[in-house]
Order: sequence, then C-alpha cells, then structure tokens
Amino acid sequence: MNFTSTIGLEVHFELKTKSKIFSPSPVTYGAKPNTETNVIDWGYPGTLPMVNKEVYRLGLMVALATHSHINPVTHFDRKNYFYPDNPKAYQITQFFKPLAENGYVEVEVHGKKKKIHIHEMHIEEDAGKNTHGTNGFSYVDYNRQGVPLLEVVSEPEMTDPDEAVAYLEKLREIVQFTGASDVKMEEGSMRIDTNISIRPAGQKELGTKVEMKNLNSFEHVRLSLAYEQKRQQEILLSGGRVRLSTRRFDTNTGKTVLERVKEGDADYRYFPEPDLPPYHIKQEWVDEIAANLPKTADERRKIYVDEYGLKPYDANVLLQNKESSDFFDATVAAGADPQQAANWMNTQVNGYLNEKHAELKDIALTPENLAAMIKLISDGTISSKIAKKVFAETVANGTDPKKYVEENGMAQLSDESVLAPMVKEVVDANPQSVEDYKNGKDRAIGFLVGQIMKQTRGKANPKVINKLLLADLASR
Amino acid sequence: MNYLNETIDSLNYKLKSGAVSADQLAKDTITNIKKTDEKINAFITVDEDAKPAEDLDFNNKLAGVPIAIKDNIITNGLKTTAASHILYNFEPVYESTVVAKLKAAQATIIGKTNMDEFAMGSSTETSYFGATKNPWNLNKVPGGSSGGSAAAVASGEVVAALGSDTGGSIRQPASFNGIFGIKPTYGRVSRWGLIAFASSLDQIGVMSKRVKDSAEVLNVIAGADDRDATVSEKEVPDYTSFLGKDVKGLRVAVPKEYMSDAVEEGVRKAVETQIELLRANGAIINEVSLPHTKYVVPTYYIIASSEASANLERYDGIRYGYRAEAKNLDEVFLKSRSEGFGDEVKRRIMLGSFALSAGAYDKFFLQAAKVRTLICQDFDKIFEDNDVIVGPVSTETAFDLNSEISDQIKMYNNDILTISVNMAGIPAASVPAGLSETTGMPVGFQIMAKRFDEGHVFQVADFIERNNKFYEQTPAGLED
Amino acid sequence: MEKVTNDTIKHVATLAQLEFSEEELAKFTSQMRKILEMAEELQAVDTTGVEETVQVVDRDTVFREDVPEKWQTREEMLKNVPDKSNGFVKVPVIIDKDDNQ
Ligand SMILES: [Mg+2]
Ligand SMILES: [Zn+2]
Repeated sequence: MNFTSTIGLEVHFELKTKSKIFSPSPVTYGAKPNTETNVIDWGYPGTLPMVNKEVYRLGLMVALATHSHINPVTHFDRKNYFYPDNPKAYQITQFFKPLAENGYVEVEVHGKKKKIHIHEMHIEEDAGKNTHGTNGFSYVDYNRQGVPLLEVVSEPEMTDPDEAVAYLEKLREIVQFTGASDVKMEEGSMRIDTNISIRPAGQKELGTKVEMKNLNSFEHVRLSLAYEQKRQQEILLSGGRVRLSTRRFDTNTGKTVLERVKEGDADYRYFPEPDLPPYHIKQEWVDEIAANLPKTADERRKIYVDEYGLKPYDANVLLQNKESSDFFDATVAAGADPQQAANWMNTQVNGYLNEKHAELKDIALTPENLAAMIKLISDGTISSKIAKKVFAETVANGTDPKKYVEENGMAQLSDESVLAPMVKEVVDANPQSVEDYKNGKDRAIGFLVGQIMKQTRGKANPKVINKLLLADLASR
Repeated sequence: MNYLNETIDSLNYKLKSGAVSADQLAKDTITNIKKTDEKINAFITVDEDAKPAEDLDFNNKLAGVPIAIKDNIITNGLKTTAASHILYNFEPVYESTVVAKLKAAQATIIGKTNMDEFAMGSSTETSYFGATKNPWNLNKVPGGSSGGSAAAVASGEVVAALGSDTGGSIRQPASFNGIFGIKPTYGRVSRWGLIAFASSLDQIGVMSKRVKDSAEVLNVIAGADDRDATVSEKEVPDYTSFLGKDVKGLRVAVPKEYMSDAVEEGVRKAVETQIELLRANGAIINEVSLPHTKYVVPTYYIIASSEASANLERYDGIRYGYRAEAKNLDEVFLKSRSEGFGDEVKRRIMLGSFALSAGAYDKFFLQAAKVRTLICQDFDKIFEDNDVIVGPVSTETAFDLNSEISDQIKMYNNDILTISVNMAGIPAASVPAGLSETTGMPVGFQIMAKRFDEGHVFQVADFIERNNKFYEQTPAGLED
Repeated sequence: MEKVTNDTIKHVATLAQLEFSEEELAKFTSQMRKILEMAEELQAVDTTGVEETVQVVDRDTVFREDVPEKWQTREEMLKNVPDKSNGFVKVPVIIDKDDNQ
C-alpha cells in the first residue's frame, strides 16, 4: 500500500525590536535573569499593554515578502492557559483577526518548483523561561516575556520531509532578508513546530496528526519527519491507529518519543483583548513599507551574477546572510570592483570572522575601508602583498587604509622616471646576468628584479620594474 | 477632623489662610478615621505616614486635601489588596495614573477604602477584610462595590474619594449613602493602575458629598495617558463650568422600564419628586423606552464574568500575593486560587470560564456581545432627542447586612438600573434624592448622558443638589 | 438547555484552576445552574445581522514608539515574590501531566 504524507509547519520568529511588544523593557539576549523586565511583563495587577509600532512594521514586511493578504483591520485576542512562565496566564495573540493571510513561498525540490501556501501569520508575545532544577524546583526568568513574535502557519500541504526543509530554508531566507528577524535557531529567534499525518494514497480524509515542538535544526526536522512517516506507516500497515499526540525528537537515537497523548484540541478560551483597541492598517503605510522593503536574496543573486558577473557559488556565499550581502553591497557602492570585493569578502573577511568567532557587526572593518583598500590595490598604490598587511590593520583597528599606507610609506614606487635610472644601474652592475638572459636563462630576470627590490626596500612596483627591465635588456 | 460640613473650597480657604496646616489636617483626618471606622470599617489601610506634598501651591484646589482611594487602585508603596485574600500582602512597585495625577495636584493620599472583593458585589460584604457598614444605619450595607469610599465620604472621614464602577459600583453605594458619585465615560479616566475586573466596563470615578467637589477631582484625574490604549485623547473641559446653571429647555428622558413596579415605592416617589422639580423649572420631560432592559442582567454577567475570568488568572501564587503550601506546581495554582479567592469571585470566574469555553463561546459570550450592541443602540436612539436620561439608581434603598448575600439572582438583579450604562460606556451619576418614605434611607437619582457629555450630568446633579439641599442632613447611624 | 452537571463544573474548574470539595461542588453546581438559566434568556433575542460590541473605545491603532526604557529594578520586581532564588522566581517542579490521565 502507498501512503501520502501531509505536513504542516508553524514557525515562530522573534522580531528584531529594541523594546518588547507590549512594554518598553529592553530586548537583549543573554541578560541576567529578571533584569530586563517591568510590571507589564510580570502581569502586575492594574497594568495594561501598549503596542510597539515597530512590531507591526516588521510583521508587515514579512507579510509583503510572502505575498500575503494584509488584513485592513486586525485585533488582539487572549489565549488562556496556566504556566509559571506565562505571567498573566493568558498570551496576547491574534486569533480571530491575524496580521495577514493567504501568502506563499516558492521552493524548488527535486528539481521541481512548487508554491507552498501560508495559511496566516500573526503577532504575539513570547513567554518567559523555566529552568528545571534537580532539587524539585523550577526557576523562572521573565526576560523573554513580551519579546515580539511573528508566527507563520503554513497550509498543511507539504508531502515529504525534503519539501518541508525546502520551505523552511526559503522562509528563513525571506524573513532574514527583510531584516525583521535574526532567524538564529541556536538563540531561539527562529523556532519550528511540525505536524504530520499520513493516509493511504487516494484517501481524501486526513489521518491523525502528530505534533513535534521546538525542533533545533532543519536536519532534525528532516530526520524526525522521515522517522514519523515510517513509524506511522508501520502502525497503519499492522492495522493499528495513530494517536493524536505530541512527540519529541531524540537526537541520540534519531527516533521520536511520545510526550503526551491529546484528547482533542486544548480549550484556550480565546476572546478579544479588551485592553487594546482594533488596529487599522492603512494602505499608505503598507505602500511605504513595500517601497522601502530591502531587496530579496533572489533579487540580489540576479544582480550579483548577471550584472557583476560573479560565479553563482561566490554569490551564494555572499548571500548566506543579510549582513554579509549588505556589507558587500555597501562596499561596491563605496566604489570597489564587485569581483574584487567578493573575493575579499569570501576569503579574507570570512576567514577573519571564523578565526575570531565574530560577526560583521562586531568587527572594526567598514565597507568604506574595504572599498578604499581594494582601490589602492587596483590603482597600483599597494601590492597585494602589502595589501595583506593593510587589511590586517584595518580589520583589527578600523584604520583608514589610505592614511595608513601614506603614514607608513607603504605606497609602491611606480614612477618610471625614478625607476629607469635604477634599472640601468643594476643592469650595468651585473653583466653576467645580461649574458645569462641573452643565453635564454630566464632566471636571470628574477635575480635582477630582486636587486632592484632590495634597493627600493620592496616598494618598487614589480609590474613597472618588469616592463623597464625587459626594455633595457632588449636595447643591449 | 470631620468633613461633614466641609468642601474642597472651604478646606482650600482654611489651608490658604493658615487656619489649619496641611500636616495638622492629615493628622486630624487619620485620628477621625480611626474613631469613625470602629463603627463603619470603611478603610482597609490608613496611611499613618501620609504626608502632604512639599511647597504647597494653593492655586491647586486639592493642595493638602486628604483624599481616600478605593483599594483596587494601585498606590505605589502603599498596600493594595482589592479586598482579597489573594493580594492581602501586596505592595505595589509602580503608581496608578490617577494617584500620580492627584499627587501632582498635591492632594494627600490618606488611605485605601474597603470594597467587595475585586469589585464583585453590591454590598461590600465580600471583602476579605470584613463588611463596611452604612453610616445612616449600621445594620445596613453601604452598597458596593465602592462601599468603603461611599461610607467614608458619607460619614465625613474624607471630603472626596475615588471609586470604580463596572456595573454600578460608584452610583449604587453613592445612592445608598446619600452622597454624589459619578462614573465618567469609558475612556475618560486612565485605567493604568486600576486592578481589572472587567476591562471593557471598568471606569474610575469620584465620590463626594457635594457635586462641585467631584467636578474638582475629575478635573484632575481625567484625560489622555500614554499607558492606556483605551483612554480618550479628547480635551477635558473644566467640569465646574457646568455648575450653577438652570434646566430650562433641557430635554430629559425617563425610561418607563426604570419606573416599573419593580422599583420600591419610597424610591419611586423620591425620584418622581426630582423629575417634577426639573419639569417645574422648564425641563422637557419625555417618557422613553429602553426595550432591552430585561436582558441587561444576563448580558452584563456573561461579559463581565468572561473578562474577569481571564483578568483574574494572573493570581496564581507564583509572582505576588498569597501562595498556599504546596507539594507541586498544580497545587500552587489550585490551592493558592481556591484559598485566595472568596465564593463570589469564584462564581464569576466559573461563569466566565464556562461562557468562553469550547462549545459555549458562540452561544454565551458572542450572543451577549451582540445583545450589548442592541443595548448601546437603545441609548443612541434616545440621545438623538434628549440631553439626559434620568431614573432611580437602584430598585431599593440599602438593605440589611447578610440579607441578600446568599441569593445571587436577587443580588445580580439589583444592578439592573446601573449596568447598561457600563455596557454603553456612557457617563452617569447618582445624586441624593432625599430619604425614602418607606425605609428612611437615602435614595439616589441617576443622571446619564451621551459619551463624553459629563457636563450635562454635572449640570443636572448640581441643579438638584441646590434645590433639595440633601447635604444638610447628617447620617443617623453616626450619632452616639 | 443541556443540563449543567457536576462534571461540567468540574471541567470548568480545571480550566479555571479552582478546586472544590464535594459539598462546595454541589452548591456551586446548583448556583451555576440558576445563573446559566438566566443567561439562557439571551437566546430569545434575535441578533441576526447584529455585530458584536466587545469594547466602547473612541480610538484605534494606538502605538508606542520602539524606545526601550528601564522601569523597575530586579529587586523591585522580586519584592512581592513568595519564593525566590538567585534572581529567579522559584516554583515547585512542573509535572507534565498527560491530558488523558
Ligand atoms: Mg501555534
Ligand atoms: Zn505562537
């Protein structure tokens, strides 16, 4: 018997704001417990939420980038459940009137293009964090409470794990290039819940679904879905019944493990949040956001390859994240040759970041300085050997390359009227080498260049020396 | 110091002229409260360290004037309990907007008044800190839920107090205690720092013996606030500017449903006397109908309880308030809440949780929200041709302590004349209409107006006060 | 309407995190039954085509700018906490119960 799988994905993105969705507490990652909170975050009696405008703006960017229908009137709702990390015992979310609906992303799987539809996306608040101790107690930190989230809910229309991963990769890329979220799974700024059901091919009615929450990587998504496909098939083939349940992926065994069986959908008693008025999204605002939407990765890729002539591989390395692509664009905008800029970005700059375990935003290098350095190379002011020294200084201390080169006398000697007499002098002093050269021993050239370099303490432009030397030798 | 014969103006004059210092006034106020409260229990907390603001500027009418605050309004650093066991030890670490505004106007916050637990009740008998008694008759309830504020004003403990009104909780106790009390338009006064009962209905208001004193206090506490997304940005007029006017040509609607046989004889008579007074002075009296009146009680109880069920979920024993002895997390939730809440609060939480639960939402919550629309439309229609709507506040005068607490349906039905106002979000007040001929207890005359038209409410209330001079009467229960 | 039974009340009590003794349960069930009978009267109102009113606010789209502010210190926030440890709120361990238990 053949089976069809139905996979749906819910992805939470932390939106990149300076303050929380309903309170002005700062949003920072890794602060000391309960230092970045206030009475609103703690659900103190008498407090009221106040919506951060930036949350809507970032959410709308993602809605636009996924071709979603933006609801002109949205409203917040309360989702009620008790848990120590949920201080009001309700989460303020958008249940009845979400931010946007009916979007899609386009993916390519197994060489075929496919549209995966987005059912809806809504904005909501994140919860705090529980840490379970071993002594019979748990410890609650509310720093994360109120961090803005965008939850993107796909239609359940993916049919295999590869499709699910392709969708996630594309969605992550789209969200990342809007700049709305850091999309870092390791820091929790992108979190994935999956659900999967299977049914005999041809059967219309969907099978019973199994949910998996908070998967840690795309690879775990793929492996756990594949495992579930197999597990559920075996149950059905042996005449069993799949139970509505939540399961967990065990990374050690590669298997999924039952967490809890569910009786039906939980009763969250959703109702409209009376502390917040409706939010009308004006078309002018949407248009303004659309006009300022950063270029997508696909748009950038096209420019890099078609206009700049970069190899697709190099373009993709630059497009691994928005920061590096933005940095590259700014370097080109500052006057650097795109191919040169790409070479430097993908080799030296990346190498430096890897060595330092740093990100572009953390280091002293600016696109302007990188562009200035590339210009110094292309106009012959510095050699590529000197360039390595200049780069080391600029990347470490943010030093202006031009100034650095000038102050340290690193500029190449390219003036022919200065170099020609020196060449003549060296050739005159080395008749044996002239002899060797005439006899076809090319090594002699290297020796003569070395002598000139020695005299100029390495600053002579090798290209110019070569040219002058050949001319001089030919004349003898 | 007793305030039975004082007003904010008279106190302002005494303070300005140096007849009394603000420090002395605060001390004397506390001494008098302690004495009077032995009889009526109007306060949960008296701030023994209450200090007037420094550098008093007597251009502020409230400078140095002691004001009492209902105990569901947050006072930074001063215990705030909502009269519940679950918040019995709660010490706020932030300030409510209304108290911040009163402090900016240099009022002295003297203490926190008793109330029904979480403002759920009409008698102040559900308080964890014991019932408050009616200064007119110590065997009777002061009404509720702002019963402590009402009794404190009626007994002269303070000249004015803040209350809150979700379904009549300012107007009904004002009427039971023979004082003035106004619930402003929803959104007129910031709710930041008001411990929520039903967020779409709650509104902070003022209670005072004299109409003008409430106008003075409302002038201070009303207006925009960037901490409350539901508060209006409309400009606040000077409410005292509506006083001292006549009522000639004023269009006054009297809903027939408010004058039915369900209204006790003595109440009806006292109310009719005021209507006749208005007519005699040139007001145009129109009989109108609020046809959905018979549905307001269930509509209100579903909406208010649904919102309350969510608003009160945060009292879980984790972050503040009462935490019961517990072996595991489930017990923390269950025992803290079950031991921390009183029966009336539990009933409303249960009703609200039920009305929102799967399968009940459409039938109960959504249907009630739709009926609410019809109730609003009833008012809109009347206000097309009328400036104010008047009638009784309550079908009866203050009832005996412990007489109704066990009959919820009767208790809930007492609110039938006040709760529509909250559902429509309009302003309304209770002004004394005299004593009931049948019970000898004060009767309240209710005045309602269009949203943000507090002006007409003040105008009519002031007119009635000037004519019947009820303020000259002293509560009988205070005599030794 | 369908009868409000002890089980309905028990289910709602679980949602609301309240517990009742058998005696209280009987009392609450009968009280809730009466209150819901009253609520049932609303079914008589024809609300076809009527929009619901969930609030009466004269504003919409009320935003705050994205400017971080520090209000309370951790010490202030922890002031009312019944049990705390090293800057955390301390609670008895969380037992994950299966819904079907
Ligand atoms: Mg979800
Ligand atoms: Zn979510």
